[in-house]
Amino acid sequence: MKPRQQRMLAVGLAVVGVAVAAGLTLRAFEENMMFFVEISDVIAGEYPSERNFRIGGLVVADSIQREEGSLDLRFSVTDTRCELDVSYTGVLPDLFREGQGVVAHGRMADNDLFIADKILAKHDENYMAPEVAESLGKHVQDQTASLGGRSSECETG
Amino acid sequence: MIPEIGHFALILALALAACQAVLPLLGAHRDDAALMSVARYATFGHFLFVAISFVCLTIAFLSDDFSVLYVANHSQLALPTQYKISAVWSAHEGSLLMWILLLAGWTAAVAQFRSDMPDKLVARVIGVLGLLSIGFLLFALLTSNPFDRLIPAAMDGGDLNPLLQDPGLAIHPPLLYVGYVGFSVAFAFAIAAMLSGDLDENWARWTRPWTVVAWLFLTMGIALGSWWAYYELGWGGWWFWDPVENASFMPWLMGTALIHSLAVTERRGLFKSWTLLLAISTFSLSLLGTFLVRSGIIVSVHAFATDPTRGFFILAFLAVVVIGALALYAWRAPALDSTAGFNAASRETFLLLNNVLLVVATTLVLLGTLAPLIVEMLNGGKISIGPPWFEVAFLIPMIPLVFLMGFGMHTAWRKQNEGVWFKVLKIPAIAAIVIGVVLPLLFYGRVSLMLVVGCTAAVWVVATALVQPYRSWRRKDGAAGITRSALGMSIAHLGMGLFVLGATIVSAFGIESDRAMRIGETLEVADLQFQLRELREVQGPNYTAIEAVVEVRDGAEFIATVRPQKRQYLVQKNWMTEAGIHPTWNKDLFIALGDQLGDGSWSVRIQYKPMIRFLWIGAFVMALGGMVSVSDRRYRKSKK
Repeated sequence: MKPRQQRMLAVGLAVVGVAVAAGLTLRAFEENMMFFVEISDVIAGEYPSERNFRIGGLVVADSIQREEGSLDLRFSVTDTRCELDVSYTGVLPDLFREGQGVVAHGRMADNDLFIADKILAKHDENYMAPEVAESLGKHVQDQTASLGGRSSECETG
Repeated sequence: MIPEIGHFALILALALAACQAVLPLLGAHRDDAALMSVARYATFGHFLFVAISFVCLTIAFLSDDFSVLYVANHSQLALPTQYKISAVWSAHEGSLLMWILLLAGWTAAVAQFRSDMPDKLVARVIGVLGLLSIGFLLFALLTSNPFDRLIPAAMDGGDLNPLLQDPGLAIHPPLLYVGYVGFSVAFAFAIAAMLSGDLDENWARWTRPWTVVAWLFLTMGIALGSWWAYYELGWGGWWFWDPVENASFMPWLMGTALIHSLAVTERRGLFKSWTLLLAISTFSLSLLGTFLVRSGIIVSVHAFATDPTRGFFILAFLAVVVIGALALYAWRAPALDSTAGFNAASRETFLLLNNVLLVVATTLVLLGTLAPLIVEMLNGGKISIGPPWFEVAFLIPMIPLVFLMGFGMHTAWRKQNEGVWFKVLKIPAIAAIVIGVVLPLLFYGRVSLMLVVGCTAAVWVVATALVQPYRSWRRKDGAAGITRSALGMSIAHLGMGLFVLGATIVSAFGIESDRAMRIGETLEVADLQFQLRELREVQGPNYTAIEAVVEVRDGAEFIATVRPQKRQYLVQKNWMTEAGIHPTWNKDLFIALGDQLGDGSWSVRIQYKPMIRFLWIGAFVMALGGMVSVSDRRYRKSKK
């Protein structure tokens, strides 16, 4: 093969590869993208209803309820402003505890229950997912601000 | 006192790294032998002082010096000695120091084992590595000093994260880092070639073994990480497409492309500027990985705690390296490229395809990893990309890659005689199709398209990899003895075949079941009976544990007793799952103990993982192939 053809071949293949990749990516990103939705937004009714999304916050103290002898579990997660009930069936990660940060994947069953299909563990108890930290931080600020008259009440949608 | 010595040694190392960077590069530019001869000694001195610093930090850990902040945060009095040592590289500051040590070690190795390289090339390579060392040493000294004091000192430390108290994790980061850092040698060779304007077959011959050694360590490091995640995280998966895993996988993919492209450059003098670009990209991806892991910018279970200044420093460093290298590339590379062409039916074509597919695969992984960042920057919300996307995207370039591999191995340089393909590949092709369909059907009783594709690909690669060693062993058709280099290639490809087989079978036939279980109860998973015999308390050196004794039977036949534990570490008070695994060559039985369910029963996760060992065995066989190929005689010429 002449060098020019050789280069054409390489470039052509790369272009085809990237084109396939790009096509595939755009289509499949749509299906596999999972949005993070703040608890307050979920409660306000602003969440994708037809697909899975992620939530995160702190597990509310004394909210964990378990049916004896069953893997079914219910607990509440809060972003310090609103609380959301979550149900999950399965083995929990080690660092799942009341008062600790948690991230869950799943979808809303009806207007007030989040069915989690995955509860995320973390490696380190000092580490908190940045999106959860940000969500919590924002509402703590709101509460401070509410002394000046802004509402920090949980609003349902 | 000892920590101050360590800190001071690190500063001296920085001064020596500056000598190592500036003087040899200047010497090579001016053709001054005296300046170039500084390279060797500056390198050894630099390495010595970094080593002293590393030893000082290790002593601080061994002597429980909790007046050092890093020690106080990551160790504890009752921590077993081997974990006090591995705690040195368990977090950001210490692992960065290890990175610096390994970079200095690689540089010293280049200075020592220079083969028949000319002085100027050695001087330039060492100089460029010195520049990189300056960057990392500044990073450590300015933002991440492991010797920072804690005053007043703590009475006891905060303990090493229990997940890291494990032999697998003690050796995983060093192996991974040897690989990561090793790619900086290939990068330095590329920069040296562009500075000098000399890039010939000899350059590729010198660069190749260093690159392969880096690659084989990275291979082992990634495999160990996968194995550790499998048994220690208690999840039972072996790859999660987590951003941090991807951070190590992208340089591996690109590095694999690089070692194949180097083969063409060495044997045929082609793909020169492409090889340079791959060397730059591979190292840049290593740096990008460091940035992703250490800046806290990406959501990952592996991420280090966040610190914006560190993230900014690495990003700036990454930008300098990438922009500098690419500018040099744009300026010098066009002059280096050869004008020779090659035949379509030749090994060159297959290696070109290999490179294109690997680069496409790397691009896809990169895209999936960075997509959440890009979408957030465009205010599209906080998203994450799930493993299903990666699995599909990654397989698209990988399936053709694996099938082409069998042809490429048996294609001659320059021009292939098409008749030879048929003669040599007939048997592997038949074996692949027959076994690919029969194996899943016979042993697991079911087939699907992906299963047949996976099994056929695996058998095809294994069989084609064995052809050449077999023919030279039997002296078939007067076949010549096999060179180490060709044998290494066959072994590495054999490893790839084993890996594909393991990945296919475990993905298709693995069973995972979360259940509730009480004492005396028997559960049935994968046609095996799991009976919980007893629960008892066990004392470890720094933890107490509840241990479940689970007996596994296949009907009347006793298989194994598996003992999963739930450990509570005394300092951090966290509960940790220690999975119980019964490994055999063709399957793993995996039991993890969950929580108490109130009425005396426990939640358990029982998993049946057929052929999962083939994943890690395959990876280690690949690494072994790399080792065999670098032992080839032509890499061991001494200086004339």
